[in-house]
Amino acid sequence: MRASDNAARYATIHKDPASFAVPPNLADYRAVCAAFNWEAARKGLSGLPQGRGLNIAYEAVDRHAYGPRADRTALRWIGKTGERRDYSYRELVLATNRLANALQTMGVKSGDNVFVLLGRVPELYVAVLGALKMKCVVTPLFSAFGPEPIATRMKIGDARVLVTTETLYRRKVEALRGSLPKLHCVILVDADQDGEGTRSWRKLMQAASDAFEIPPTDSQETALLHFTSGTTGRPKGVVHVHEAVVTHYATGLYALDLHDDDRFWCTADPGWVTGTSYGVIAPLTHGVTNIVVEAEFDAPTWYGVLAQERVTVWYTAPTAIRMMMKLGADALKDYDLSALRFAASVGEPLNAEAVVWGAEAFGLPFHDNWWQTETGGIMIANFASMDIKPGSMGRPLPGIEAGIVRRKADGGVETVNTDQEGELALKSGWPSMMRGYLHEEARYRKCFAGEWYLTGDLARCDDDGYFWFVGRADDVIKSSGHLIGPFEVESALMEHPAVAEVAVIGKPDPIAGEIVKAFVALKLGFPADEAMRKELLGHARKRLGAAVAPKEIELRANLPKTRSGKIMRRLLKARELGLPEGDLSTLESDER
Amino acid sequence: MTDAEIRALILELIGEIAPEADLALARDQDDLREVFDLDSMDFANLVVAIHDRLGVNIPEAHYNQLFTLECAIAYLHDALTQPKQNDG
Repeated sequence: MRASDNAARYATIHKDPASFAVPPNLADYRAVCAAFNWEAARKGLSGLPQGRGLNIAYEAVDRHAYGPRADRTALRWIGKTGERRDYSYRELVLATNRLANALQTMGVKSGDNVFVLLGRVPELYVAVLGALKMKCVVTPLFSAFGPEPIATRMKIGDARVLVTTETLYRRKVEALRGSLPKLHCVILVDADQDGEGTRSWRKLMQAASDAFEIPPTDSQETALLHFTSGTTGRPKGVVHVHEAVVTHYATGLYALDLHDDDRFWCTADPGWVTGTSYGVIAPLTHGVTNIVVEAEFDAPTWYGVLAQERVTVWYTAPTAIRMMMKLGADALKDYDLSALRFAASVGEPLNAEAVVWGAEAFGLPFHDNWWQTETGGIMIANFASMDIKPGSMGRPLPGIEAGIVRRKADGGVETVNTDQEGELALKSGWPSMMRGYLHEEARYRKCFAGEWYLTGDLARCDDDGYFWFVGRADDVIKSSGHLIGPFEVESALMEHPAVAEVAVIGKPDPIAGEIVKAFVALKLGFPADEAMRKELLGHARKRLGAAVAPKEIELRANLPKTRSGKIMRRLLKARELGLPEGDLSTLESDER
Repeated sequence: MTDAEIRALILELIGEIAPEADLALARDQDDLREVFDLDSMDFANLVVAIHDRLGVNIPEAHYNQLFTLECAIAYLHDALTQPKQNDG
């Protein structure tokens, strides 16, 4: 049974936009799509003064800081212990100016790559936006990554600056610094003094001027470098340019329905693309108040934030929603959630049950939407004004043409009929489309067939133009909304002296979507016992971090391989799931 | 069960989930998730393991009462001395 067949059992949720207290920005889908073009969408932004170009940080901060929103809270930070810190747009402009000046003082040039490895602390936001002002290329990295994913990405991304904390630096980076010759300076946000090879954020900021003029910025200059994973090979550095901010703004307007007085909360970590595009950039370009919560998910904390902060628009993820469902709607009864107007979800397809549960528990359904690191912003969405078919990802954003295609033998593609499964594809040309995989031109070119960008997701489109996710075309793993490449996990395990072969699969999990599971065959002479299993688990976690490392390891004498020696992940997965094994004609040696 | 035994058990179970963890680093007031790099799934697995070993039912709404060793010991201590109320 397909997930979408299951979803068809859920009735369409009808909307009556005329009854909304706040009229939606996209009231009539067809009319807005028909009138939309990207040039006009850009008019919602300011552009640098005197026609000096387009810079993300200017649109997010400066243009509000010198206008009527100057004293509005741009960021409300809620720390782990419940402490709060507010930054007005005026304060944010001064802080980001200081950081831009500090970088300049240290000899950092525009175009240099700045990596930010931090939890959700205020300095993260200042670092990202300040570096963008300096026209550096910014990569926020997930702070739960272990040393290897961090080092791999810093090497691919030619990291020149790292902004992190003392603890993260000592634990995850210091030992590998020798392998990062391009790394010019490390700034520690919690250090009072400069150290050996490190600088104190506080000292740098104190010494820096709070006046800074953003240099002329071509909208096609690189701004952000996000990492994503494929089935094989190293992580891919996805290049985005300053023009992406046009998509961030337009999707904030239509897909998230942001209004001027909103209090917006995106729960994603900026170490993943959602947390940057929608946890930093999109809300600030709209001049709203952006709520930042440092704590990881736990229901009482989150419900408390929704109620106390009077959150109006909430962008969260399926894993968290499923955890809340497990807890039950009853847990919400002591919280006043009357301010909440719109709730959206992204990261992996949101099951129909969860969409409907939102309506029960929060009084409004979750609006699923779809996009990926390469697209830079939301591409397909359930809009506030539009009926929801639970389980569907919705319809393409204004300015986005989506299709379902099949690859042909000649390398081209053809579109398939309504309700037929195929690969989800997007017509190239929107502002936040990736401009390349860094240093990997061939891999980048493989993503395109003519004018279509091929997403690697299998989907179908129904008669009403709603898109339904079917599966992935490759073996990447989605765990708690995070994309994990099997190759990266396999490589780390292969480094262990006892390991002969590894295959990593995504094993379905009711909460996380999938968990990472590794099958390992040991070299002769190593005992396949519990102590070895734990040793390998610890080995993988130490290198990869908890977010990427396998949750399960199974030891085998041999893994199933094709004649050419390729391990058949597909077969391992089918067996793990109890599914038909499919075509075994290429199987040469089976598992034991 | 003494508090010291509860403490030792929690650390033993963390060692199962995160074998790389240096359990000697554990200080009673630290957030276990940070010190031992436990993500939300690891933490949920820890709670399940505690349940399996002690028979204490820990509803998800109480997870945040187990984030530090100090709190977790107090929580489990109470639960074990009033088993009927907590194991429903």
